[in-house]
Amino acid sequence: MSATTSAWMLDPVLKVEHLTMRFGGLTAIDNLSFEVGRGHITALIGPNGAGKTTVFNCVTGFYKPTEGRISLRRGRGIDDAAVEELTKSGQQFGNVANGSVYLLERMPDFKITEVAGVARTFQNIRLFGGMTVLENLLVAQHNRLMRASGFTFAGLLGLPGYRRAAEAAKDNAITWLKHTNLLDRADDPAADLPYGAQRRLEIARAMCTGPALLCLDEPAAGLNPRESAELNTLLRYIRDEHDVSVLLIEHDMGVVMEISDHIIVLDYGKKISDGTAAEVRNDPKVIAAYLGVDDEEVDAVEEDLAAGLPHATSPSTTTQAQESRS
Amino acid sequence: MSAITSGISQTPEGAERELENQRDAARGEPPYTPAPSADSRLAASLKDAAMTAAVVAVLTVFFFAFRTDIAVGGLNLTFRWPLWLSWVAIAFAGRFLISYFLFRAPERAVAGVSKSTSVRPAKRFSAGKIFGIVMLLAALALPFILNTLLPSHNRYLLDLAILILTYVMLGWGLNIVVGLAGLLDLGYVAFYAVGAYSFALLAQNFELGFWVCLPMAGFFAAMWGIVLGFPVLRLRGDYLAIVTLAFGEIIRVVLLNWTDFTGGPNGLLGIPKPTLFGLEFKSGAGSFAEATGIPYSPIQRFIFLYYIILALALLTNFITLRLRKLPIGRAWEALREDEIACRSLGINTTNVKLSAFATGAMFGGFAGSFFATRQGFISPESFTFIESAIILAIVVLGGLGSQVGVVIASVVMIGGIELLRNLGFLHALGFDPTEYRMLIFGLAMIAIMVWKPRGLVSSRSPSAIYKEKKKIGADLVAQGEGH
Repeated sequence: MSATTSAWMLDPVLKVEHLTMRFGGLTAIDNLSFEVGRGHITALIGPNGAGKTTVFNCVTGFYKPTEGRISLRRGRGIDDAAVEELTKSGQQFGNVANGSVYLLERMPDFKITEVAGVARTFQNIRLFGGMTVLENLLVAQHNRLMRASGFTFAGLLGLPGYRRAAEAAKDNAITWLKHTNLLDRADDPAADLPYGAQRRLEIARAMCTGPALLCLDEPAAGLNPRESAELNTLLRYIRDEHDVSVLLIEHDMGVVMEISDHIIVLDYGKKISDGTAAEVRNDPKVIAAYLGVDDEEVDAVEEDLAAGLPHATSPSTTTQAQESRS
Repeated sequence: MSAITSGISQTPEGAERELENQRDAARGEPPYTPAPSADSRLAASLKDAAMTAAVVAVLTVFFFAFRTDIAVGGLNLTFRWPLWLSWVAIAFAGRFLISYFLFRAPERAVAGVSKSTSVRPAKRFSAGKIFGIVMLLAALALPFILNTLLPSHNRYLLDLAILILTYVMLGWGLNIVVGLAGLLDLGYVAFYAVGAYSFALLAQNFELGFWVCLPMAGFFAAMWGIVLGFPVLRLRGDYLAIVTLAFGEIIRVVLLNWTDFTGGPNGLLGIPKPTLFGLEFKSGAGSFAEATGIPYSPIQRFIFLYYIILALALLTNFITLRLRKLPIGRAWEALREDEIACRSLGINTTNVKLSAFATGAMFGGFAGSFFATRQGFISPESFTFIESAIILAIVVLGGLGSQVGVVIASVVMIGGIELLRNLGFLHALGFDPTEYRMLIFGLAMIAIMVWKPRGLVSSRSPSAIYKEKKKIGADLVAQGEGH
């Protein structure tokens, strides 16, 4: 963990503070704090069962965290004082000097996407399989179209305002289909697409909601090397051209190390490392968590762990745990 | 198959064919089987027919071959071998014909059909569209067709048509909830009852007419739809079915026991008839006959009722088709496909569910209001669970989400039962169809579910098209909660 101020700390789009999530007696996430920098691709990695998806579910409102604050800032240079003021006011979100702040832990899941602008994909793809690819992307623009259709009544009468909005929504969908290479499959049911195309469609669908932060749960799982490379290009395009910050969970280290501006490593619900790809790759605690450690390194790692993680009593238990996981 | 392939792999050609089969199998294609020759087709069909005949012979021997009548001093046993043999022969011949011409018919080679069965490109003027237009014209002209062709049965058949159209409308209303939003509703008859009682009570207490009460009845039913919607928001599957079932019964039991307000089991009498711009369908002053100069005939009222329900049903269809292309309709279908994905896209699933329940209930309310004015008398007897079951059966048999399917299923289910009542000429053959009415009906339902498990019209047509409209096969479409 670098003590110096990193790029992502200067202007975070998402700031998670002291996040704790307990399921009965099980503490899935324990006092976790991290920042997602504006315009960065941030990766959340860790061994299986480390609590990565739980963090995602807290950020996107599918779980209500037991403790902690998750604040999203839209607009540049919003300081912590503004967030503090909003927290005290009891509001879910509010406008501040340079933009607006959203306290995600207070908002229901659909509002987080609708109002705050956080879109997500799922580890096991959740497309509308019986609907066409184009329809999937139109459903994602539901709230905009709903307002344009005068909550159905104007749309039922076929007023021109709604027809224009419907055309615009279709154009937007077609733009994303072009970028994800799916245009020739636009009229096919989503369930008929091959796996890699379904992954891309889910990302396109999330982007059609017009997010500020895109959360991807294992976007490269099940992709072949060529598709992974295409995914990298797509994510860079989303970051650079649409000014969208990306938070992703990934096991494919090829993808993670190549495109991430910032990596956070979780193990047993705690952050064990936080930094750039080079910093994390050489962090002994990360190596220990992923691979276990050699006997000669046990002492050194034990000291590190004792300093960083109070609960890790001996490296041998960590090593055993790693062996049982692999 | 393995025995055959090992047999033919002795020769080089056989080995090559085996290799091809393996390659096809790796690509997920069914193994290649040579088209059966006419000889083997005949033999196989005869074998099928013999087996079927044997099964029928065993199963029916006690029903057809032996007959006991109560006689003085015991039972009188008679043998009816000719009857039994003729049924066995019918089974043999029927199965042979089906086997020879359908099941074992040589596959017609159609390019592209075998590759993707789930996606079929639809033609611009598809058979469905033409069929729909013909059906619509026939429905519009029906009273006059009946008048010229069958003047003696005119009134009865028109009444039957009104009944069928009422069920078509109810089916279309329920189709929004079950077919589009995928929420299983076993208590749909409750909204039918709310619509009927709303109209009857408003008419009796405030002396309002049909046309004023119709929108109010729809509104009240929609409100009750929301009332039902709230407690079931978080329920899925069987639990959703049970609670909606209970809701239907609660409404009926309240209507039955709140005697002061609803008349209890005696029901409500003297519900006004609908008027055409204030003109009543009767003889005398202020009537339709007097105003137009057309001589009065009692059939005019039925023709008027027929056109009212036809207009209401077409309105339901028009609005449903329109809603499907609007964001709300797409959200209903998305809810049926995946509720969690809906929430992740910022869709308020509470509103989506409540709007589906309310819209479906509103059409149920309209239909109920029409039912009340047609009957002139309503009681809780008319709104039992069996009505919900029939409406749901129409939707399921027709194919979830399909508008045409609902029409076909209504005609078959409601019209079919009535038709069996009237096949008097079969009496001459010693077969009384009225006795076997329900049996035949049950068999027909089983047959549809065996051959068309997702209903008569099971494909879904997309609500938005980029280039080409392709039908989506039922195997890809989710069924939602409670199926």
